[in-house]
Parts: sequence; structure tokens; C-alpha cells
Amino acid sequence: MRRTSSFNIVAVALGLAFLYLPIAILVIYSFNASRLVTVWGGWSLAWYRALLHDHAMLAAASISLRVAALSATAASVLGTCAAIALTRLGRFRGRLLFSGMVYAPLVMPEVITGLSLLLLFVALDVDRGFWTVVLAHTTLTMCFVTVIVQARLVGFDRSLEEAAMDLGCPPLKTFFAITLPLIAPAIAAGWMLAFSLSLDDLVIASFTTGPGATTLPIRIYSEVRLGVKPEINAICTIMVAVVALGTIVASLMTKRGHARRERAALAAQV
Amino acid sequence: MNRPQKTHWRARAVLLLPSLWLLLFFLVPFVIVVKISVSQTVLAQPPYAPVLDLAAGWRGVEVFFAQLTAEGYRLIVTDPIYLLSYFKSLQVAAISTAILLLIGYPIAYGIARAPRSLQPLLVMLVVLPFWTSFLIRVYAWINILQRDGLLNDLLLGLGLVRGRPEWLSSDAAIYVGVVYSYLPFMVLPLYATLEKMDEALLEAAADLGCPRWKTFWLVTLPLSLPGVAAGVLLCFIPIVGEFVIPDLLGGSRTLMIGQTLWTEFFANRDWPVASAIAVALLALLVVPIVVYQRLQTRQLEDLR
Amino acid sequence: MADGGGRAVGEKPPLVRFQSVSKRFGELAAVSALTLDIMPNEFFALLGPSGCGKTTLLRMLAGFEQPSDGRILLDDKDISAVPPHRRPVNMMFQSYALFPHLTVEGNIGFGLRQEDVSRRERAERVAEMLALTRLQGFEKRKVGQLSGGQRQRVALARSLIKRPRVLLLDEPLAALDKKLRAETQFELMQLQRKLGTSFVIVTHDQEEAMIVADRIALMNEGRLVQVGPPADIYERPTSRWVADFVGQVTLLEGRLQPGGLLTTAVGQLRVPDGESATAKVWLALRPEKLSLSAERPPSNGGNAIAGTVFEIGYRGDVSVYKVRLSDRSLMKVAVTNSKGRRPFVVNDLVWISWAADAGVLLRQ
Repeated sequence: MRRTSSFNIVAVALGLAFLYLPIAILVIYSFNASRLVTVWGGWSLAWYRALLHDHAMLAAASISLRVAALSATAASVLGTCAAIALTRLGRFRGRLLFSGMVYAPLVMPEVITGLSLLLLFVALDVDRGFWTVVLAHTTLTMCFVTVIVQARLVGFDRSLEEAAMDLGCPPLKTFFAITLPLIAPAIAAGWMLAFSLSLDDLVIASFTTGPGATTLPIRIYSEVRLGVKPEINAICTIMVAVVALGTIVASLMTKRGHARRERAALAAQV
Repeated sequence: MNRPQKTHWRARAVLLLPSLWLLLFFLVPFVIVVKISVSQTVLAQPPYAPVLDLAAGWRGVEVFFAQLTAEGYRLIVTDPIYLLSYFKSLQVAAISTAILLLIGYPIAYGIARAPRSLQPLLVMLVVLPFWTSFLIRVYAWINILQRDGLLNDLLLGLGLVRGRPEWLSSDAAIYVGVVYSYLPFMVLPLYATLEKMDEALLEAAADLGCPRWKTFWLVTLPLSLPGVAAGVLLCFIPIVGEFVIPDLLGGSRTLMIGQTLWTEFFANRDWPVASAIAVALLALLVVPIVVYQRLQTRQLEDLR
Repeated sequence: MADGGGRAVGEKPPLVRFQSVSKRFGELAAVSALTLDIMPNEFFALLGPSGCGKTTLLRMLAGFEQPSDGRILLDDKDISAVPPHRRPVNMMFQSYALFPHLTVEGNIGFGLRQEDVSRRERAERVAEMLALTRLQGFEKRKVGQLSGGQRQRVALARSLIKRPRVLLLDEPLAALDKKLRAETQFELMQLQRKLGTSFVIVTHDQEEAMIVADRIALMNEGRLVQVGPPADIYERPTSRWVADFVGQVTLLEGRLQPGGLLTTAVGQLRVPDGESATAKVWLALRPEKLSLSAERPPSNGGNAIAGTVFEIGYRGDVSVYKVRLSDRSLMKVAVTNSKGRRPFVVNDLVWISWAADAGVLLRQ
């Protein structure tokens, strides 16, 4: 007896409206022909065309994508290792320190993480630029991967691994034949989260970047500080579209898989 | 008996790799921040002194310690700019977390009570904005809140205001931006606990003669407290150190501590003071962070 | 099953030997100095309440746990230090532990993939297993698309394909409903006879253990309590704990007198004339060995005591009567419901009678 009261419906509807209205407005105004952001001058793709010629913006986007891909991949490896250590090694010496170091970056204010990493790079006398941002983002995002993969490993039926070993599979091979394929969806989700966090980060990148490695958020931020610009609306719309598309495709793929499995299960009973 | 040893070696590698990484890129940097926070500002590169000169041997170490100073800390406890800045951060974090809870709870509750088949879609809709850029979401509000923006158009159209009031560069704009950006972080943990709750509990309460509104206070709310705690901490801690939102939406009269740190570092190039601010900020947040970690580990153990 | 004890015990050397094996988890002793032999070609059951150490014993045989003390021999070789993937034993897990990312075929063939078996031979042996477990036509299914019974058969096929020396079954039928469980018990017995492999099953269900097993080892608190064929354990329990754990029983405490007499609180009872110790003993009586009548039956060298019907538990085929005796204790009597009508009602005065040799005298 699940009664959905009108209060609940209103609460959810208002909440979603609050979340989506500003984005919708942003998207609509990116197609505004008028240069004055607030005056509606009819539909136009002018700002998208202008974007194509904004080489600085395109270069920043390319740097951001590369940073995000590299750091998300490194973070997935490190984060998965940390998750395995936390779920499988039981009580080891220094566990408290280790789990503290893993979880702290999740809630650590970005200004602190950014400042401390910058000071490290200065102390080590490393030239700041593309690679320092990759290192910083790897450190930030590996913890998110750990949390996601750990949740999956905690719910993992250990007897699957025992069954593999029982059937003659050595431990290391068992990890690659059984464990890894089964936690792969969690690692993939972690990778995607790490990727989008890296793509999004302004503060830590500002601290750790150097000449020639301006990321997209840094570029957008410097434009936004000077006021609203229609080109910025356009690039934001593209980013929103990419995210929306990715989410829809991902959910459709899992849904198709579900439907196929359900049909087959039905066939099994008949 | 070679098997246990081999596992040992592999287990060590799995632990060693992330440990070394976090040690080098998370823990050591903090030690450096602490060290620089007790250094002196100089016009040099790097802009602080002393620099530990190990080549000079023990003498170098002595010189190093002799030059350490608490000047940065003395400054941030005596100059009201910094104290006001800390206070402002705590105030913004506390008030906006309260607003987030008030808005987020009904949304999470509504989703948890929605038909089962609809819930994944609703959760996805709440999470989706989180996947778009943080910067974009804050920027979207500039569009709306600026003097000739849509909010004023709407208010003028309704005849609620005369003239065009300034919304941007105010505390109100900061609250709007913070609440908007952090709403998913509040809704998700709340939904997670509310969704797990056995509906038979509500039926049992109703069966025992408890009216619906009372059931909420006596059963639902107490059982969702872990989710409330998680949501509150997940929002409060990062909001205290927030930089982007106050910088883009807020005014320049009183800065939040994240902005102050940023300014000291980038504009004034005063690294020791920036470091001292960071250490003080961390000291402020260490209790909530530890509480949050406790919650996190307990939740994972419940999953077992 | 009555001839279960007649298996070739003693003719062939034991297949598996546990030699004073102990397993401690921290303070807790899961298994204590346990010695046990399992014969070739035997269907062996480890029975006991939950937490008695039976699963730990099985997992030590599979290699997932290392004994803290003692040795485990398989074919006279110490396997205590051999890792699980090198042991010629296979296990069927309680959760089945089917690999969700593999097909039925992939699951069943998994064990052979770990060996140097040609692709053709593997296909043949998988097909053979599919036929044996009646799973033809399901090869390409993912395991998520199977019913509970089908999953159970995949798990069985997967654990048998390597032709293990011993097949270990950890509560293999716990997840099935009652009817399917009964059918599967007989299938397992047929399979074991056909393959001639030793099966070791862990179960907490005494009925299941008695149906399938040639021999049962009854465990409690990490120790063996009694080992023997099901009929021995049921008919000749060696302790009150065994008599009470397996089946239903009424225990009468008393002192033995010379001449086959037992003095109890409900009177002098005739028991088999054996050693005439005067120590405290218990007479264990199974409900189905007792009869109920309205009149006092003729003695014929047996026993008869009076009581009143206290409670009647109707079970369809039989009814179990709880009869209150003169010392206010209760005695359980099973009566076959052949006439379709219950002969007695609550508070009726009845006589319970049994032959002198119907019960078992227990000294502990």
C-alpha cells in the first residue's frame, strides 16, 4: 500500500524544477541571436560558430579532456587497489591512517588540497603544467573510485573466488578471471566519476597548473569573471548535452540488458 | 607452504601502491603546508624563508629552526579580516546546510515514497545536474540573478518590485548558489536511508493507532537520522572551504575563508599566511571530518 | 538403508583421514582434535546443529582453511599444505557460487579450462555433464536466467566435471523448496552410486542426512559425537544428546536393578537383561515403538504405564500424542492414522505399552 500523497509529488516536482530551470534557461539563451544576453533576439547558432574560431577555448578543452582521461585511468588503478586493500586485508598495521588518507580527500576543501599540492611541487622543484595537474587530479579522484569499488567488493560473494580456486584456478588468475570482470562495472562507474570530476575542477587545477596548461574550467572562469558572454552559454550547453547523452545511452544500455535477461528468464519458465 | 607467502607479497603490493601515492601526494604536502605556515614571507622565489639547507649540516638545521616564526598565526588571530572571514564561512555553511536539509528532506522523502518503478529515474534526475560542470551550474545563476536578468524581469512583470534591485554580489546570491549546487549531496544520502526503511514499520505504527503526521515524527525521522547526519556533513564540510560560489556570486565586502586564502596566495603572494589559514581551516574541520569518516565506515560495515 | 553398515569398511584403505585435526579462530575452537576416516565410494554426511564445526571441517578438506593442528590425508598423502586449486577435491557451495558473467557451459567447463584439456575433450565432457544433470538446451544461458533447481544442477555439474576424488557438498539443497529437495536427494544418491565417487555432504537436516548417507558423523561443539550408519544412530544412540538430536524421543531416568529391571519415577520397568550396574541410566523410547490403548494390555513380559492425553499433534500420516504420566512428565507416542479417525481425545485415560527391548539404555 504505497500511497503517493500530493505533498510528495509537489515536493519532488518543485525540487526537480529548481534543479533544471537554470540549466534550461542557459541552454535556451545559448541560441539567442542577440549579443545582449538578456534581450531575446530570435534563434541563432552564431555563438556556436564563434566558438569554433575560439582557439584558446578549444585548446583548453583539449587539455582538459586529456588530463581527465589520464587522471581517471590512473585513479581507477590506484583506487581499485586501495578498495581491495581495505576490504580484503582485514586488520593490517596502519589501517586507520590508510583509511583516513583514502576518505579525507572526499570532503577536504579544495583550496587546502590545491595549496598543499602546489607547495609540494615547489618543494620538489617540479615545473608546474600539464603533468602536475594530472597528478593532482589523480590524487583527488582516486578516493571516489575507492568508495564506489569498495561498496561493490563488500557485497561480493567470496565463495565465487573459492569456487574458482576449488576448480583449479590459481589465486592470481582467479582475480583476473572472476573478481575483475564482476567488479568491472563499479570500476567503470568510478572511472566516469573521476573523469567528470577532473573535467569540472577549477580550484585544484588553478593551484597546480603552469604556463601552457590552461584547463577548460580555468578558461571559462576567467571569461565568466568578466561577465556573462553568449559564447560561454554555448560551450556550457555543449557540455550539458554531452553529459545528458552519455547518461541516456548508459541507462538505455543497462535497460536493454535487463530486458533481454528478463525475456530469457521468462522463456526458461515456460 | 609457499602459498601464504605469495599472497602476502601480492597483498603488500596492492596496499603499497595507493599508500605510497597518498603518502606522497596527500600527507607529505600537509607537512609542507604546516612548515611554511611557520615560515617568514620574503621577496624571493620561493617567497618564503627559511629553506632547509641540508648541505650546511647540523648548522643548517639550527639556522632553520631559529628562523621559524608564528607570525602568520599571530596575524590571523589578531587581524579581524581573517576572523570575520572564518565566521562568515561558518555562518554560510550552517545556514545553507539548514536550508538544504529543509528542502532536501521532502524531495528525498517524496522519491522514496514514489512508485518503485519510477524511483531509479527520479534518482537519476537528481544526480544528473551533478555530472554537469559545477562551474556551469554556478554560472547559470549569473544569467538569472544579474541586474537585467530573468529574475528581475519576472518580478517586474508581476509588479513585485520597482526598479531593478541588485541580486548578484550579495549573501542571498551565495545562499542560492550553494543550495543549488549542493542539493544532490543532501538528497542522495537521505534517500538512501529512507528507501531502505521497511514500509511495514509505517503500517505497524498505523495499525497501533498512530496518525500519519505523528508516525513521521516518531518513526520515520528518528530512523533516518544517519542519513541526515551524512547529508549534513557531506554539505557542511566542503561549503566551509567553498571558493567558486562566493567568488562568482557573492560581494567583495566580507570574503569567505576560501576566498581569503586564494587572495593571500595569488594576489598578495603571502604563502606563509595562506598556509596558516589552511592549517587553521583544517583545525576547524577536523572534528566534522572524523565524524563523517566514522559514519562512512559504519555504513560499509552494515552492508556486510 | 539398514545394510549401510555393511559397506566395505576395513577392506579398502580409507580415502580421507582426519588425524586429530583442530581449527581455532582466535579464541574460538571450531574443531577440536577430531579424528575421522572416510571410505572410498562412500556417501558420508556431516550432521550437527549450526556452529558445530561441520562446515569448517569441510572447508579444511577443500583447502580454504588450514588446520591449526593435526593432519588431513587424502590417499595416504598429507594435503594440509596443498592450496585449494591443487587438490583433487571439488566443492558444491551452499550459495552455488555460479559465475554470473559466464554461461551455463562456461560455468561447467571452468574447471577443465584450468587444465591441459583439449577443446574437443572439454566440449565432450561438458556435454556429458549437461546430459547427466538434464541441462541440455541451456548451454548458452547466463546463470541469472535459470530457476533455482537448474542453478543447483549447474553447480553440481561444475563440481563433478573434473572427476574429483571426493565431492564436497555444503548444504547443497538448503535453497530448494521441500518437494524439489526430496526429489533431488534421491537424484544425488543415484548419481553417487553411478559415479562411485565419495560424496561428503554437510547438512543440519537430520532427515536429509539419514536418507542420503551411508554413514553419518554427528558433530557438536567441534567434536564427533557418534559415527555410524543412519540406522545405528537412530536405533542405537550412544548418548542422550544423540537420541534427542536425531528424531523424537522420551527419556526416562532411573536406576538399574538386577534381573533386567529399571526403577523410575513412574514405576518399575522391564529392560533388556544386561550388566546389572546400579548407576544412574536413562531409558530412551522412540514414539513409534510405543502403543496406546484404552485398556491395560496383557503384560507378555513388556511394560505398560497409565497416563492422560495432554495434547495431540496431527500430522496426517501419524498423530503424536503427548501423554502426562503419574510424575507429571510428558511422554510422546506416535499413532498411525490408519482408520482416519482419532481414537482418543484430550484428557482421556490411556495406557502406553512397549516391549522390554524397545528402548535403549543410555549411560551418558
